Amino acid sequence: MSEQKTPSSLAIWLGLVDNSFTRQKTVKFGDASAVNSGRFYSILIVVILLGLWVLSSTFGWVKPFFWPTIGGTGDRVIKLLDEGFRNVPLWEHIGISVYRVLAGVVSGALIGIPLGFSMGLSSVARGLFDPIVEFMRPIPPLALIPLIILWFGIDETAKISLLFLASLFIMTIAARSGVSSVRISKVHAAYSLGASKLQILRHVILPNALPEIFTGLRTSMGVCWGTVVAAELVAADKGVGSMIMIAKNFLQTDTVVIGIIIIGIIGYVIEMFMRFMERILIPWKGKG
Amino acid sequence: MTGIIIDSISMVFTLPDGGAVHALNDVSLDIKQGQIVSVLGPSGCGKTTLLNIVAGFLSPTSGEVRLNNHAVKGPGAERGMVFQQGALFEWLTVNENIQFGPNMAGKPKDASAKRCEELLNIVGLAGFGEKPVYQLSGGMQQRVALARCLANDPDVILMDEPLGALDALTREKMQGLILKLWKETGKTIILITHSVEEALFLGERLIVMAPRPGRIVKDYSLPFPEQALTMEARDVKASPEFVATREEVLSMIWNMEEEIMGGGDGTG
Repeated sequence: MSEQKTPSSLAIWLGLVDNSFTRQKTVKFGDASAVNSGRFYSILIVVILLGLWVLSSTFGWVKPFFWPTIGGTGDRVIKLLDEGFRNVPLWEHIGISVYRVLAGVVSGALIGIPLGFSMGLSSVARGLFDPIVEFMRPIPPLALIPLIILWFGIDETAKISLLFLASLFIMTIAARSGVSSVRISKVHAAYSLGASKLQILRHVILPNALPEIFTGLRTSMGVCWGTVVAAELVAADKGVGSMIMIAKNFLQTDTVVIGIIIIGIIGYVIEMFMRFMERILIPWKGKG
Repeated sequence: MTGIIIDSISMVFTLPDGGAVHALNDVSLDIKQGQIVSVLGPSGCGKTTLLNIVAGFLSPTSGEVRLNNHAVKGPGAERGMVFQQGALFEWLTVNENIQFGPNMAGKPKDASAKRCEELLNIVGLAGFGEKPVYQLSGGMQQRVALARCLANDPDVILMDEPLGALDALTREKMQGLILKLWKETGKTIILITHSVEEALFLGERLIVMAPRPGRIVKDYSLPFPEQALTMEARDVKASPEFVATREEVLSMIWNMEEEIMGGGDGTG
């Protein structure tokens, strides 16, 4: 018998050794709960990629036209923070993009949630709106850009209308499925406790639908963030999307790469923020 | 007269292919106020349909249900309901669940908070009031469901397999609680169950139903709930009288199940 040695908590955190839970298992291959975070390898791959970037910058493996050097990118970040891009501060490019997303998601939710509720609660509303919603759902928001430009031009209204449409159908479907998923015994229980229809809507159907509504909000945040960047690529003079498009026209590859990294980071931050809010606002999710 | 009168109720469900299912056929039953009645029968005998009609969730094809001489037209607060599981509001705490009925009726908050406190003591959940319901075990959740129903002070409590999802030990404890609540509050209780033992133990009166068409085949008067107030539950269930009745009812249900299987056109 070999003596049992307790591995360090750092090694467990890095995913290099079994934790106290997986240590007892004899069957590991095929058991998903025995697969740990593998953080060591995550750190490793990031270090390797950054290292490759440093090496290629130092030895000039790739032309800066295709991929910028790490030093040049650093200088460009400082310059962008300092002077902005085309006389517009960097934070304003980011801010306007985020503002457009929020305006689109909020307006989509304000119309979509009541619409979804009515479709979940009334046969007339379902009959009226179902063909429209089901028709619009598979159309990617980007395919609507030409029509939106024809209708609204290329100003702010056009972009927010596009994002509104992108979020509207997601929110409608989420709210509708939230309403439909209410367990009939909960509704029956509320009626037997003397609740009126309005009270059942407010105190049973609405809270019951909140988890799905929130999932809808998360999805439409993600979709709208992707859509806003694409819409700004087509027509805009401010915003992260427009920044990388204009930078491309000036062959500023480093600004393009910085813009892409900013888009990735903000998308990630939005998702993390929504998950955090979900844990705080609807702790009962999935526990009904 | 006070109590529930189920007056020649029939329930026919029409199928999409034009056929019809006679879920209930001319079912009549008088239940006196304060009685605890258990309803037993093989699946498909219409016992849940019957309960849903009394609760007012379904309207019978013919016949009617009267509670204290008023015809039942829909669900109402005078007929409380306890479901098998999943009928608590998981977004509310234990206290908020229990006070749901009084709050909806706009009753004064401090009175219902006080009543809630008492009920928590009665069902054995003192100190759990602030917990979210999803943190409670299945047995504790059913205690909350009972308290929520009682907080509304209904005339009748309808129970649809309230202990069906619990493990055997918890189930026995909860049977004791239901008997205690029945004795202390004097409520009329109709309880549907799959368990013969539970039906005998909790029923002053036991209604046995048979399927195709759903109907009442036997109506027993039983001494066991009264005995359980003075004797240990295990002793009641081990008494020769209890065992004999249990075997009689079991074989009756068993024969019905056999018939269904032998019938050939069963849906399983």
